[in-house]
Amino acid sequence: MAEAHPVGFQWVMEAKAKGATIIHVDPRFTRTSAVADLHVPIRAGSDIAFLGGLVNHVLSGGHEFREYVVAYTNAATLVSEDFRDTEDLAGLFSGYDEQSRTYDPASWQYSGGPVPAASGQRDPQQAAGEPQGGSSDSADEGSAGPGGADALSTGDVPEGQERDETLQHPRSVFQLLKRHFSRYTPEMVQETCGISPEQLAAVADALVRNSGRERTSSIAYAVGWTHHTVGAQIIRTAAILQTLLGNVGRPGGGILALRGHASIQGSTDIPTLFNNLPGYLPMPFARDGLDLDSYVEQDTARTGFWGNSRAYLVSMLKSWWGDAATAENDFCFDHLPRLTGDHGTYQTVLDQVAGKVPGYFVVGENPAVGSANARLQRLGLANSEWVVVRDLQMIETATFWKDGPEIETGELRTEDVGTEVFFLPAANHVEKDGTFTNTQRLLQWHHKAVEPPGDARSELWFYFHLGRILREKLAGSTDPRDRPLLDLTWDYSTEGPQAEPSAEEVLREISGTGPDDAALPGYTALKDDGSTRCGCWIYSGAYADEVNQTARRRPGWEQDLTAAEWGWAWPANRRVLYNRASADPQGRPWSERKKLVWWDEDAGRWTGDDVPDFEATKRPDYVPAEGATGPDAIAGTDPFIMQTDGKAWLFAPSGVADGPMPSHYEPTESPIGNPVYPEVTYSPTRQDFDLPGNRRNPARTAVYPFVFTTYRLTEHHTAGGMSRTLPYLSELQPEMFCEVSPELARLRGLEHMGWATITSGRSAIEARVMVTERLRPLRVGGQVVHQVGLPWHWGSNGLTTGDAANELVEIALDSNTHIQDKVGTCDIEPGRRPRGAALVEHVAATRRRAGLPDDRDVPAAQGGAQLAGAGGASGPRSAAPAEPVHLLTSSDDDQGAPA
Amino acid sequence: MSASTDSTTGRRPTGLPSASDEQLRAHRAGFFDTPSPAAGTGYQDPQPRMGFFTDTSVCIGCKACEVACKEWNMVPATGEMDLTGTSYDNSSMLGGSTWRHVAFVEQPVPQRAPVGLGMPGVGASSAPTSRSSSGGGCGSGGGGCGSGGGSPSGAGSLPSAADLGDLDVLSSLEQTATDEGGLPAASAGAGEQGPSGSPEGVRWLMSSDVCKHCTNAACLDVCPTGSLFRTEFGTVVVQDDICNGCGYCIPACPYGVIGKRESTGRAHKCTLCYDRLGEGMTPACAQACPTESIQFGPVDELRERAADRLAALQAKGEPKAQLYGHDPDDGVGGDGAMFLLLDDPEVYGLPPDPVVTTRDLPDMWKKAALAAGTMFGVLVLSFAGGRR
Repeated sequence: MAEAHPVGFQWVMEAKAKGATIIHVDPRFTRTSAVADLHVPIRAGSDIAFLGGLVNHVLSGGHEFREYVVAYTNAATLVSEDFRDTEDLAGLFSGYDEQSRTYDPASWQYSGGPVPAASGQRDPQQAAGEPQGGSSDSADEGSAGPGGADALSTGDVPEGQERDETLQHPRSVFQLLKRHFSRYTPEMVQETCGISPEQLAAVADALVRNSGRERTSSIAYAVGWTHHTVGAQIIRTAAILQTLLGNVGRPGGGILALRGHASIQGSTDIPTLFNNLPGYLPMPFARDGLDLDSYVEQDTARTGFWGNSRAYLVSMLKSWWGDAATAENDFCFDHLPRLTGDHGTYQTVLDQVAGKVPGYFVVGENPAVGSANARLQRLGLANSEWVVVRDLQMIETATFWKDGPEIETGELRTEDVGTEVFFLPAANHVEKDGTFTNTQRLLQWHHKAVEPPGDARSELWFYFHLGRILREKLAGSTDPRDRPLLDLTWDYSTEGPQAEPSAEEVLREISGTGPDDAALPGYTALKDDGSTRCGCWIYSGAYADEVNQTARRRPGWEQDLTAAEWGWAWPANRRVLYNRASADPQGRPWSERKKLVWWDEDAGRWTGDDVPDFEATKRPDYVPAEGATGPDAIAGTDPFIMQTDGKAWLFAPSGVADGPMPSHYEPTESPIGNPVYPEVTYSPTRQDFDLPGNRRNPARTAVYPFVFTTYRLTEHHTAGGMSRTLPYLSELQPEMFCEVSPELARLRGLEHMGWATITSGRSAIEARVMVTERLRPLRVGGQVVHQVGLPWHWGSNGLTTGDAANELVEIALDSNTHIQDKVGTCDIEPGRRPRGAALVEHVAATRRRAGLPDDRDVPAAQGGAQLAGAGGASGPRSAAPAEPVHLLTSSDDDQGAPA
Repeated sequence: MSASTDSTTGRRPTGLPSASDEQLRAHRAGFFDTPSPAAGTGYQDPQPRMGFFTDTSVCIGCKACEVACKEWNMVPATGEMDLTGTSYDNSSMLGGSTWRHVAFVEQPVPQRAPVGLGMPGVGASSAPTSRSSSGGGCGSGGGGCGSGGGSPSGAGSLPSAADLGDLDVLSSLEQTATDEGGLPAASAGAGEQGPSGSPEGVRWLMSSDVCKHCTNAACLDVCPTGSLFRTEFGTVVVQDDICNGCGYCIPACPYGVIGKRESTGRAHKCTLCYDRLGEGMTPACAQACPTESIQFGPVDELRERAADRLAALQAKGEPKAQLYGHDPDDGVGGDGAMFLLLDDPEVYGLPPDPVVTTRDLPDMWKKAALAAGTMFGVLVLSFAGGRR
């Protein structure tokens, strides 16, 4: 965190000064480790085994916060008799289909009947084995939505769930969990992670001692945790641990996703993800007869606050299409795009390579450096008709056609690349108004300080005027497909010489307005009859009382600890989500020390230091009537109001593509087998693509014997466009390097500050060698595993240049989030890499030695037929029809932050 | 922003002192432990002496200070793009174009025992402990620690160091390198540093160095042009429009702080953001520091704060924690920029016993004068004698 998020780390240091214990778990010893109380080195990608060991410690030792767990989680709920655990099926859960490599979660349901997931895609087609919808960008996502992820939709919430509040029933979630994690013994953790039982015990003791009524712990992860084929399940394991310890919904608790850079949280809330609408409403799938009613019925939950999703969606449609959206035309529901499959970044890039994607927008992202398998990214770009790049600097993605690595190797020739590249300079954050939404869901307004230089323009300017011009060109069209564009409310006022649209107006529109065009107070005011407009329901209230709430900057020392008047947090300016859990079931604070919100019997309402995340006047003893829907179905003791049953899900009966409970599988490439489930090495549902240019290194091969992992340095920013171009930052980290242990250096004859060539099945890169004790070999799986640390900031443009670590990374994805795995295997040798065509030969020869296809032929810059015809994805992927334009936004990618 | 807020940092004023008017007035009113060096320079109404206290124990090595300094003071990039290999330190040392410099020191240390994290009930000690004494770490929580499958386990079930340490990393991996079909396997043998659970750990010291703004500043003494001067805040500043580039100040500095910039031919160094101080602002480096490792304020107050922090760290078992530059009786009369270090000064590249290089000048002049006088006397006498 100190390495990738030094500014946010000030709060950790402040906590430390107040007596907090800081534990850092990371393959390498970083700036964070330097000031932590304990650093625990871990083998890259073995996080579930480590966290599983902690869960096992808690469960087997009876260390859970029992009262919290019984009341606030689904621990007492009984699961269907049909469910079979990985313990029964040698590493697989019941419902696995080998052909499609997907799970049917039918057998994972509560014994009372199926329950829908709280969020994400819940289209029945997906559960039925249709192509999984994918995320769009390599940025982190899905980690901070109000609920779960993809999967099943069913109809009803089971009435009268079977529960055993003694937690003794063998089919209770608690017992299932206990049995499932019993495999994660300290010895297993050592075998899998290289973490000694003493280290594990130190962490476990610290967490256990710091939980209960009086104390809480929090877990902060940088998005490297999501960059695994089991990324979502890593986060889930952390969530299970935190929930068992009573660390959710309470001050000082929680899981903090340290997003990759400014406003990545914002770009998931109002998403750049193809499969979400604003506020985590699922993007509808293309299917016959889908209308507003059936979408609400099938794709959203009936109980909990998702039970109001019709109001959220209708208000959004009214916000987009204004007066054109009427009850008669389903509020223009048919204007929304429909999904036909996975349109995520990586699927799109593979489609580009296959010649199926003519146009591409790259906005604030540098995939030619920052996305997994950078070579395939560039080949995809080279195979497009046109590419629009909007960035602060002339990044590699905009210049691949003239000076990319493939030009050097001769795989591409500039004169053959037909891609028309439009580079449009962008304004940076001090050159435009707007908000940042960061880790803690806090919206903070930033003011324009200076005019952007030259032709640089804000995103707001770009999209507003692009839309305006398109609408002008389409004016008078009677083609129905132009209606969505022509019906849009596109009436923002502009100011200044550049006709900059008003960002405050946009914020006000997102926050929402009522029938009288007055700003809405918050999302509870949203109606499903078309009388309210709101661009994103969770942001409703950001402009309450006609005040830009996000621009508030009352200093912390003039407020209490909650500091509610600094910026504005979604939803409803709550600083701690699900904070009903900070009080006991009767509504009393668990302890004076950790009180946050509580039930005031005299006033007949919830009150406290934060905005209660609960209906203000719902009594703690409220019991829902049979058949209740929406928020009314949530009992007075159920804090997790977005969940259909109001409980935190230790066991996820739906919503997760790769199992109701987390299990450790090896990274997409690993030098060892899976110590935990020897029969199943890799995640059974991972998406991988056995294509030329994306071959997976064979398991346990001596050709690629070492583990590599990618990460960041403080001095550089993501793919380098904002740092390698600046002299002050470039001189601080002037060259690409790799970090290796003294043992590995001796083994391979690597010299400190000499050169090394690192080779994977995808490509080979060179880097200066940093031999350091901060990296250490680990003993796992009965052998010694060496890890090579690779900063991923470098590329061929800028003041400091170097090979991109992402040349080495395979495209293999988490089936929930479609995010890549940043861990792989490699070889490392002294000396610089071969140049020109010799590089291609070197990589191919290494592949041949490992028994992989030669694949020297590169797909032609145009056509790409060789790749398209050479093999299909072995993982679940769709044969999606050609999409006319793909938007790749989300500012920059987040790969490489340390876990 | 409230009147009591430091308008430049936005931080709570009690957290960090700033040169707000109020504070300055309070200090102007008296209460100096030591007179500001500015007073001795002829200022009629000297400000309280301002300086830095750099607490290296909370430095995270982000180098925001280096960059903020360059941005504010328009110090150019050094133009050197060399990967030094000295850990993460590529700016190497202070100089004409590096006025703040963060040192990185990788040190092998006995690995801290994985117990005693200062958790409630565990005890606050985090003193380095040899691993052999840590075998019972698990047991401190009572039974059930790290137990698998519900069976209680204590320290007895944990492997001892001997089980882990004997790993011949080299030979096992040579096998990897030579035998394509084989896998690296752990084999018993004489171990080097063991993998996980190694008795040896590593620690990473980071420290942001800067001009010390000495009480007795040699650079000031030797400057022939008056380019270097003592400000009303007791700091030492080069006026680069007066500097003639003679370079006398460079060897005069006992810390190697000041340097000549190739592009200008003149000497440059930290000004303690003289221009910002004049406006009641915090220097750029201190403002940018995210962890308050760099603290700015009146030197007297910083000395007290440094002493408190040292006591706290020593109580927590940092055996080598020490202050540097705080002592008015040291060889430079105390520094305006003092440090809390976690090891000896040499480890960070600081001279352990700095002495103002012009210390002996008066004495030397006296002796030279005596010698000259004697010579003159002899001369006079000899002429006088000649008349006889």
